[in-house]
Amino acid sequence: MNEPDKAPAHAPEDPQADPLAVVREMVRPCIQCGTCTGSCPNAFAMDFPPRVLWLLALRGEADEIFESQTFALCSACYNCTLRCPRGLRITEAMAALKQAAMKIRPEKFKPSRAFYGSFMDSVRRHGRVSEMEFMFFYFLSRKNPILPLRFTPLGIKFMSRGKVKLEVPGRGTSETLEPIFRKVEELEAGS
Amino acid sequence: MRYLYYPGCSLKGTAKEYDLSTRACMKALGVEVEELEDWTCCGATAAQSVSRLLSLALPARNLALAEKQNKDLDLLVPCSACYLNLKMTEEKARTEPGTLQEINQVLAEAGLHMEGTVRVRHLLDVLSRDLGAREVAARVTRPLEGLTLAPYYGCQCLRPYPVFDDPEAPTSMEPLLRATGAEIHAWTMGSRCCGASHMTVKPHIGIDLVAPILDAASGADAVVTVCPMCQMNLEAYQDKASRALGRDVSVTVIYLPQLIGLALGLSSKDVRLDLNLAVTRAFQQRAA
Repeated sequence: MNEPDKAPAHAPEDPQADPLAVVREMVRPCIQCGTCTGSCPNAFAMDFPPRVLWLLALRGEADEIFESQTFALCSACYNCTLRCPRGLRITEAMAALKQAAMKIRPEKFKPSRAFYGSFMDSVRRHGRVSEMEFMFFYFLSRKNPILPLRFTPLGIKFMSRGKVKLEVPGRGTSETLEPIFRKVEELEAGS
Repeated sequence: MRYLYYPGCSLKGTAKEYDLSTRACMKALGVEVEELEDWTCCGATAAQSVSRLLSLALPARNLALAEKQNKDLDLLVPCSACYLNLKMTEEKARTEPGTLQEINQVLAEAGLHMEGTVRVRHLLDVLSRDLGAREVAARVTRPLEGLTLAPYYGCQCLRPYPVFDDPEAPTSMEPLLRATGAEIHAWTMGSRCCGASHMTVKPHIGIDLVAPILDAASGADAVVTVCPMCQMNLEAYQDKASRALGRDVSVTVIYLPQLIGLALGLSSKDVRLDLNLAVTRAFQQRAA
């Protein structure tokens, strides 16, 4: 990874006031060279290539950015972060956009919110993720009766190998991670 | 040689064979592993999509536990996603004093504290640098001669922290695979992204990432992986990839410690080949 010119400042996160503030700080030294776009395995499926996303961020065009699916398609391969000649933490900027989008455009990013939300709920409840329970809650939150069918063949393969078990989800809680989740929420609400 | 061991959630579920074969392989290599007590989820890719601070605090809890359990041992991690989350927290704690302070403010609620002294090590790092191919070769009792293997590294054990290999053109697996007596399938897909959770959430995009990798593996007897996410994407959707490409791209996909384990004389039962989703009949016979 190239060294950044300056460590990105962690500006206070207030996505309601300016959802792009954090990201703009992270990509301010961007020279629009397009190395990120050329490195991205998912660029073929994106509406805006990553380079354009940073330009829009620098210009403060929040509406266009949060209409875009670009950051939702980041699979965190870190090619761009490794290659960026300015040493920008681009993958982290993509993650920051995901965080902001789920807060300010909850309807539009419902599938992602459901997926990550179900995952984190399972972790919060048990300390470790229960793959079966997490997928169960994901299906439930999507309210799409067809969706689970797509995963049935794979689910059966896993079950027949004893890799996952059908359990009554949501039973029992772990106090192990609860203080950590609570403190993070408290700090983020206060910032 | 002794390590603290962080299996992670996948290795207790859908990637059980990675956990069991890592333990079996390490034992056969004379390496002791001591499981981290009371470990919890590293946050996977979900935490960083929800909250920056949570994505640091979840791995940090485990690093704090590791310091408590044995501060002199490196933390061995087979799953590349867990590895990166733990590694990134280790790096940030070391280089950003403000971040370490933030982390400790959260950990204090759980009665924990992190100094940032534990070194996080990927399984491939430990096998290739601490042990090395010569040590493996010396213990091979059943050479895998005649097999051609495609080493697949994926992303997160290589990037963004190039610790033990070239993140653009990795080669660290090759001496280990040659040590088993096998040959290397020449390809450039080893560090290509498998699409991570796209195969689950956006399958129409995921398949465009998975299919070319399987296509390029054509001619190899097996693809060898070091990450449960890569393993699942490459083994579970071969029918779909074959349909997309219009020809059969079925291939054995196997974890590195399973493969090395077989060469060390462990049985296919010992390395739990029965749990893999894609093992061709020819490979099964070869492993029997």
